[in-house]
Amino acid sequence: MSPAPAQDEIRVPIGSDLDIVSARQKGRELASKLGFSSSELAIIATAISELARNIVRYARKGEVILKLIERGEKRGVHIVARDKGPGIRDIGLAMQDGYSTSGGLGLGLPGVRRLMDEFEIVSKNDEGTTVTIKKWLR
Amino acid sequence: MVVPILKQGQYLIASIQAALTDADLLKMRDALVDQVGRFRSRGVIVDVTALDVMDSFAARTLSDIANMIRLRGAETVIVGIQPEVAFSMVQLGLKLESVATALDLEEGLAFLDQKTRRINRVSSPSTR
Repeated sequence: MSPAPAQDEIRVPIGSDLDIVSARQKGRELASKLGFSSSELAIIATAISELARNIVRYARKGEVILKLIERGEKRGVHIVARDKGPGIRDIGLAMQDGYSTSGGLGLGLPGVRRLMDEFEIVSKNDEGTTVTIKKWLR
Repeated sequence: MVVPILKQGQYLIASIQAALTDADLLKMRDALVDQVGRFRSRGVIVDVTALDVMDSFAARTLSDIANMIRLRGAETVIVGIQPEVAFSMVQLGLKLESVATALDLEEGLAFLDQKTRRINRVSSPSTR
């Protein structure tokens, strides 16, 4: 098998609710190239929407970076949502269902983790938050 | 993108045509809550057939709409949630439990007819 061609990243700046729509549309478009089912595309778009909204709500601006990835035989979509906002004070708490500091439903982060195959969050007080998620093609 | 709201008899039908921003959703909410009074509507149908994503904000707004419309004295039914959207909503944890849903516009109208029948009988005597 020949080495995977380098995949171009798609960077979507996030600064308004219009960018949330744009990020999830671009994510869906990219993932559809791999042949994800319509259910999986809806899941990927929903996860991007939640992460992008967190950026707008808590950090005001940031970016979503989308790319296709390969690991061995597996192919998938890799999404990074990054901001330089206030950071999450207590990640353990933020990952609990029903917890929200903004009056939201509190389903954002734990919900996104349920939607995706891989989920990683790094957050530092006053430095920002980076969430990395992956979905593999089955 | 503004969501067109059609008046059909004593019902209002908000027909979402394309992806909506959070601001669009809130505008639709406010327009429905306003128009249900202006047209003295008995029911509201929100048709989400064209929505390919229902995230927590959209679900919360739909649930708010249903609650507000109920406080205004009318019924709301959400119609047209697509299978893949239902799938991702459940995975995310969005149940939309307090909101009536129906398969499509036809079922939504039937639901509202049934829900408002008792009131109709009182206000409009049978012409049979």
